[in-house]
Amino acid sequence: MQDSLQSTYKQLEQKSKYTNIFLRWFLYLILILFASYFIFPLYVMIVTSLKTMEEIRQGTLLTWPSTLNFDSWAVAWGGRGYGAGDTYLKPYFWNSIKMVVPAVFFSTFIGAMAGYVLTKWRFKGDKWVFLFLLFGCFIPYQAILLPMARTLGVLGISNSVIGLVLVHTVYGIPFTTLFFRNFYVSIPTELVKAARIDGAGFFKIFFKILLPISAPIIVVTVIWQFTQIWNDFLFGSTFSFGEAAPIQVALNNMVLSSTSVKEYNVDMASAIIAGIPTLIVYVLAGKYFIRGLTSGAVKG
Amino acid sequence: MFKWLEKNLPKIVMAPAVGLIGWFVYGFVLWTLYISFTNSKILPKYELWGFGQYSKLWASRKWLISVDNLLIFTALFLIFCIVIGILLAIFLDQKIRAEGLLRTIYLYPMALSFIVTGTAWKWILNPTLGIQKLVVDWGFENFTFDWLVNREMAIYTIVIAGVWQSAGFVMALFLAGLRSVEDEIVKAAKIDGASLFTVYWKILLPMMRPVFFTSFVILVHISIKSYDLIVALTQGGPGISTTMPALYMTQTAFHKSQVGLSAASAMMMFMAVAAVIIPYLYSELRRENAR
Repeated sequence: MQDSLQSTYKQLEQKSKYTNIFLRWFLYLILILFASYFIFPLYVMIVTSLKTMEEIRQGTLLTWPSTLNFDSWAVAWGGRGYGAGDTYLKPYFWNSIKMVVPAVFFSTFIGAMAGYVLTKWRFKGDKWVFLFLLFGCFIPYQAILLPMARTLGVLGISNSVIGLVLVHTVYGIPFTTLFFRNFYVSIPTELVKAARIDGAGFFKIFFKILLPISAPIIVVTVIWQFTQIWNDFLFGSTFSFGEAAPIQVALNNMVLSSTSVKEYNVDMASAIIAGIPTLIVYVLAGKYFIRGLTSGAVKG
Repeated sequence: MFKWLEKNLPKIVMAPAVGLIGWFVYGFVLWTLYISFTNSKILPKYELWGFGQYSKLWASRKWLISVDNLLIFTALFLIFCIVIGILLAIFLDQKIRAEGLLRTIYLYPMALSFIVTGTAWKWILNPTLGIQKLVVDWGFENFTFDWLVNREMAIYTIVIAGVWQSAGFVMALFLAGLRSVEDEIVKAAKIDGASLFTVYWKILLPMMRPVFFTSFVILVHISIKSYDLIVALTQGGPGISTTMPALYMTQTAFHKSQVGLSAASAMMMFMAVAAVIIPYLYSELRRENAR
């Protein structure tokens, strides 16, 4: 009796162990299937950019290139060298850099100051001021495109990198303020109070006490702003064209241009070039990227 | 004078942010609202014209198609993103090896622009050399996959690309939510004999209500604003079968020069977003005050 009970128990345990192993394999299988679904377009982009058009027509999406051929990368970046009508990404890449660096700097600085005041120098109605700024995260930009286009025209900076810097700085402020405000809220106000009693002023407290401990939130904000501004297409395509266009607009124009034969390998190389800066930032600082995403994730 | 400056320094520092947002967000939205009540064509006119643009808008076939497409897209985009996101989050929560790597893979599309990924999807989905050829070469000779150039199906290609881009993000939100639940709750349930399925279905997922809410708001917001992806993938075509409100707005304004009409469409989008966002902000604020 005792023996048979023991053996049924053992059998049961064994059985559940097998189902567990089975479930575990199943789990990994599903996770890997999804991973391949997510990787698939990136893989296709890379291999296509390394093939010749001949190989593309003969093979399929998945076939590996026979030789690693970087010609289409060179064409995508520097053109074919026949002057007019030859579009390539190099000048637009620099446009984007010239647009991103100042816009990220200004919006981060203004946001840091606003977050500092809203948490450490509170005044009557500061909650409403925060809400007032926060709403700017959510508006659909279509509702401001028309007046913005006119304003840039009046200021004489439409179709210029400076115009885009202004646009991205302004519409970045709600996000940067949100990041810094939420970060400074968690820092004890006693720190600031003590410094005030010691006679430290507004700016001294910010630069000597808060700024040195703000590194993580500065990284989050800079990465967020960099990614958003680099990837922007709506503002870029509405407010700039021709030579002042940022890289996403140039990429789209290149892919859509219907001159002669479609060169998918050049298209894919261009797309990778336009995507590489943000992809590198993501791989190197994914943790900060995700933190920005989960706390400011409102902007698509 | 100096005393006054010192006392008001914080407010002075605050002023640029408030001024810029006041002008460029609130001022501009009001300007757009005003223009939507005028008969502006290429240049804005300032005599009021009543609701003419709105009735013109809702009589326009292209706008109605845009709204239809938006509803189809939003529904499918929401369902697939949330289902895939939750599944991945739960699976990743099972003490998986290489979790970090898998998470990185699921989320990397969020770091890319819709123009970049749209370009890739356009190539993958093209009917001559893309997926269709791949499957035909595998031996399924009658396989056709021409959604991208098919009026009826093109909108679903936008769903495929959109879900691919954003599902990982929902996964990240839910994973963070699941990780914040106390271990004791799960342990207690398991001791009571609850299966893993019951633990998730009956205990953990109901606790994720705020995460559902946040994902819902963010995804709806993304879908109402979707513009780049359509431009990169279909330009609203074939014909006008994949137009959406955001595309309608810019085309009406900058290609057809009907500024008043496009302002009206922009205000419709604004109201749709406000209808989702204001309750959200309200509840978030209440939660923060309750803390």
